[in-house]
Amino acid sequence: MPFIRSRRAFLIGLPLGLAAVATGAMAFMMRPPSDLDLSLAKASVAGLYVAAMAPVQEPVTVGPMHAWVVTLQDAQGLPVDGAAIHVDGGMPQHGHGLPTAPAVTEALGEGQYLVEGMRFNMGGWWEIDLAIEGTPGSDAVTFNLVL
Amino acid sequence: MRRLSFLVAASLLLSGATVAGYGLVQGPDWTEEELALVRSLSLEALPPLPPDPSNRVADDQAATELGRALFFDTRLSANSEVACASCHLPERQFQDDLPLGQGVGTTGRRTMPIAGMAYAPFLFWDGRKDSLWAQALGPLESPVEHGGDRAQYAHLVTEYYADEYEAVFGPLPDLGGLPSHASPVANPEAAAAWDALPEPLRAAVNSVFANMGKAIAAYERTILPPETRFDAWVASEDFPEAGLLSKDEIAGLRLFLGEGECVNCHNGPLLTDNHFHNTGVPSVPGLPEDTGRLDGARLVIEDEFNCLGSYSDAAPEDCAELRFMAEPGHDALRAFKTPSLRGAATRPPYMHAGQIGTLDEVLAHYATAPEALDGHSELRPLDLSQEEREQLSAFLKSLEPKASDRDHIAEALSPSESP
Repeated sequence: MPFIRSRRAFLIGLPLGLAAVATGAMAFMMRPPSDLDLSLAKASVAGLYVAAMAPVQEPVTVGPMHAWVVTLQDAQGLPVDGAAIHVDGGMPQHGHGLPTAPAVTEALGEGQYLVEGMRFNMGGWWEIDLAIEGTPGSDAVTFNLVL
Repeated sequence: MRRLSFLVAASLLLSGATVAGYGLVQGPDWTEEELALVRSLSLEALPPLPPDPSNRVADDQAATELGRALFFDTRLSANSEVACASCHLPERQFQDDLPLGQGVGTTGRRTMPIAGMAYAPFLFWDGRKDSLWAQALGPLESPVEHGGDRAQYAHLVTEYYADEYEAVFGPLPDLGGLPSHASPVANPEAAAAWDALPEPLRAAVNSVFANMGKAIAAYERTILPPETRFDAWVASEDFPEAGLLSKDEIAGLRLFLGEGECVNCHNGPLLTDNHFHNTGVPSVPGLPEDTGRLDGARLVIEDEFNCLGSYSDAAPEDCAELRFMAEPGHDALRAFKTPSLRGAATRPPYMHAGQIGTLDEVLAHYATAPEALDGHSELRPLDLSQEEREQLSAFLKSLEPKASDRDHIAEALSPSESP
């Protein structure tokens, strides 16, 4: 069982190993910030909405195009229908945007919106920005994903 | 004893010695995440062939046979000397080893291989086509590739392939009154002849022409990447220890996933993200300016043979790639499609116009990360030693079919008798 053995050796050396690996990995692989908020439900920037995103199919993988459902509530927790949502995003550590132009294709009711056309063509840290125009007002929210 | 050697290694690390050889490069420790990433590059991770709703005969056996015959038929050209297979040589991974494709003239781009292209949402280096069948139509009417025109091809199908065509697509249209040469995109004479045609006759010719593409696409869908030594290693009991892959090749794989950052774009079982990137590849003296994806994105929207066009069999909602295509911005300028790395080590020259002659020079390009001629290169310089470059190169060479499989593969790809 060489794999187990070597894993134990690795664990024993963890504090030292981490220092070396972290320096190497951070420099080359651009790991996302360790304190990144990966929550897929959060208040919008100005607090007008509570927005949530969930993939229609899991797992979310690099490559295929997939759909998400965005759920909007106002600050009182009531569903917000009739909002216009613009989807944008990209990879902050690579300086490029999304490879596709995802869009809301259907209002599902109860504050839910279907977003189609999302694709992630690389592993790593992705941002998804939603610009929301609805009865409560204009606001924005950014979700983080690490693939 | 082991702990002792670890402590020795640790003290070396602390004293500032290189980490290479002590875990990062040659160490046996793979995280589960890394192992999953390696498996995701293997052919075992290749999903079933995606359907092509724009081509209703995409998986039809008779269409495949018709397409195979058309693919090898040199009559589909201005001089009866150029077939698809003239540049897409089956025994050479369906490419030609030349910097620029040579048809009846010389193109401005490197011939792309075909294996696994049915998985690509956009075709050509600039993605100006959105299906295999629409792609196949481009070279047929390019003045420097096949050099012919759609009226000529419709006549040819009627004369030599009527039975095969009608068995797949139904009755051929009446082409009475159609001149020998006519096309909206060919030479001025053929374009004038096209302008003079009544609309129903144009539509009939377009439909035969599109169906030729659909048959060729049905054949091309059967061209899949063969198993490589890398795939066999991942599937073997040795994995992830050395075995079918040597320690150097595995070290190269680590670099590929790690500090080389190759896997950012060369990901998935075909080792491509199917996207478009500016990597600062130089232009070719004497060739016109090539804006890459910037023009390609416009052209695929304008293409009458795209998924949303009237010759497509798809419902509009099936055309997700076009519906959600990103508006080309500055990052599309001189961005070119990420090629698959399967078989790449044995098909120099490299890049979209064969600008770089050898694999070593390609690695040097990525390490140096030169500024883009125009637009913005996504590359950052890499600090790779000569040994690391050699390891990367060694890994890339493991993405080749096993030697024992090569003859068998070439045999399976040979043409059938054309009528």
